[in-house]
Amino acid sequence: MKRIHIHEEYCIGCRLCEIHCLVQHSKSRKILKAFKEEFPRAVSRVFVEEHGYLSFALQCRHCEEAPCLEACITGAMQRDKRTGAVLCDEERCVGCWMCIMVCPFGVIKRALESKKVASKCDLCLGEEVPVCVQNCPNEALTFEEGSQT
Amino acid sequence: MNYTIIGNSAAAIGAVEAIRGHDRRGEIVVVSKEPHRVYSRPLITYLLAGQIAEDHMFYREKDFYRRKKIRTLLENEVEAIQPKQRRLLLKSGETLNFEQLLIAVGGSPIVPQVEGVHLKGVFTFMTWDDAEEMRRYMEEYSIESVVVIGGGLIGLKAAEAFMGLGLQVTVVELMDRILSVTFDKRASEIVERQLKSRGIRLITENTVEKILGNHNRVEGVILKDQRGINCQMVVFGIGVLPNINLVKDTSIRFDKGIQVDDHMETNISGIYAAGDVVEIPDVLQETVRPIAIWPNAYRQGWIAGSNMAGIPKRYEGSFAMNSIDICGIPTISVGMIQASGNGFKILQQLDRKKESYRKIILRDGVIVGAIFVGEIDRAGIYTGLIRERIDVSGFKDILLREDFGLISLPKEYRKHLVRGEGIFL
Repeated sequence: MKRIHIHEEYCIGCRLCEIHCLVQHSKSRKILKAFKEEFPRAVSRVFVEEHGYLSFALQCRHCEEAPCLEACITGAMQRDKRTGAVLCDEERCVGCWMCIMVCPFGVIKRALESKKVASKCDLCLGEEVPVCVQNCPNEALTFEEGSQT
Repeated sequence: MNYTIIGNSAAAIGAVEAIRGHDRRGEIVVVSKEPHRVYSRPLITYLLAGQIAEDHMFYREKDFYRRKKIRTLLENEVEAIQPKQRRLLLKSGETLNFEQLLIAVGGSPIVPQVEGVHLKGVFTFMTWDDAEEMRRYMEEYSIESVVVIGGGLIGLKAAEAFMGLGLQVTVVELMDRILSVTFDKRASEIVERQLKSRGIRLITENTVEKILGNHNRVEGVILKDQRGINCQMVVFGIGVLPNINLVKDTSIRFDKGIQVDDHMETNISGIYAAGDVVEIPDVLQETVRPIAIWPNAYRQGWIAGSNMAGIPKRYEGSFAMNSIDICGIPTISVGMIQASGNGFKILQQLDRKKESYRKIILRDGVIVGAIFVGEIDRAGIYTGLIRERIDVSGFKDILLREDFGLISLPKEYRKHLVRGEGIFL
């Protein structure tokens, strides 16, 4: 499957990935509306970690042996057969947070309003290339076949 | 190849999914005591509370068995395992021959044999049918108050559900605090305060000595200190023990649970066991014990299934971990919860206003336990550090800082993580 590869040496910490991810997961998919008219505001599913001059964007790794899939008590967390992405069916999620307990990347977040899994990269289903990758100005995120080496 | 699986919950499904990942054609037979297709037992509290619809009880989609080409024998109990003859005897009188067997029969609720335990209105709380019977009983007799015995995870989730239904709830706990197995004192206190503020009555250092009945139905309990409580229903939520009955008269080895090697195979070649029925190395406490939790059960089943299908996989061992949301407070506890003695260091952070509490236990520079109450974001990073036994002494001072993240970790570990092959090596 195609995965998002992270290249921390190229990340400039601009956080454009976070903005585009938020917009992509908003109702309107329009940047002004997403920030000014939609409440609760959509959340980004990619997170930039930054410390001094080091930064990188991090989102779900869609692990081959995904601990969140094994830990999910409802079966809401599923592997998309077509893309290989790990997706959360929010209809079935009850907010037990087993996935948060076992994800070693800390990339699954709670939606406080709905008490469901909020933040989970879905590889921008339907897009050929996820928007965080599309909009990264320095190829600090790339979308490639296979695992990162 | 024939694969026969006794049981139909997390471990069994883990095994099925692993087997079908490698072998599309082998025959898989699932034998289950319960009548339901695979559902999630932890969801029965949500079902009882009316928070989810019956449709959402199912752990896998409707056509799961058909797509995985599984023959199911539901509502069918195994009477005996005959390892030598490679055969199962069913209660129905049928026999089943197997080539490879997985025993994934789980555990049973502990029920102390106190007086009155057989009265109508006394329940255990583990299966869908338990929840269903409870619901019917509550409706039929317009139940107003219930005593829950056991202030652990099951007991409290049940108590929360009853409270949501408008019942008067009393929780009776043997220890001096609730959640004594998964929490430390401080964490317990936060949850206790919350439960009490919602109107749940907590009685600690006490237990039910006798259940009183009238016309064969529960009408109260007498506690150890001779106090009486009126109630029309009693629910046991003390814990579970491995269902080892099935192997007792066989050559399959067991102690507290069925004993397995790191391939999840028992002492009999081709017979595997996984889930709540096994005892397993606790890699943090250096003991072997049953650790009855969902993620472990699935993982063990998956490892067993891989090996049964001829793909060698080793199980890395377990440690306890739990995540539950009680009365709106998210909580996570992983590994050891209390420590004393040399080599241990404890980091903690308490925010009384927000009622949040985070604690990390280090042993010789490695995290061996963590508790999070109220604030659980990114807790899995710590679970990962525990699992991979990463030396954190170089950055232990920032472990509980708000901006702690992957960026704080040694570059090697970080690079290994982001490759995305999964954390199990």
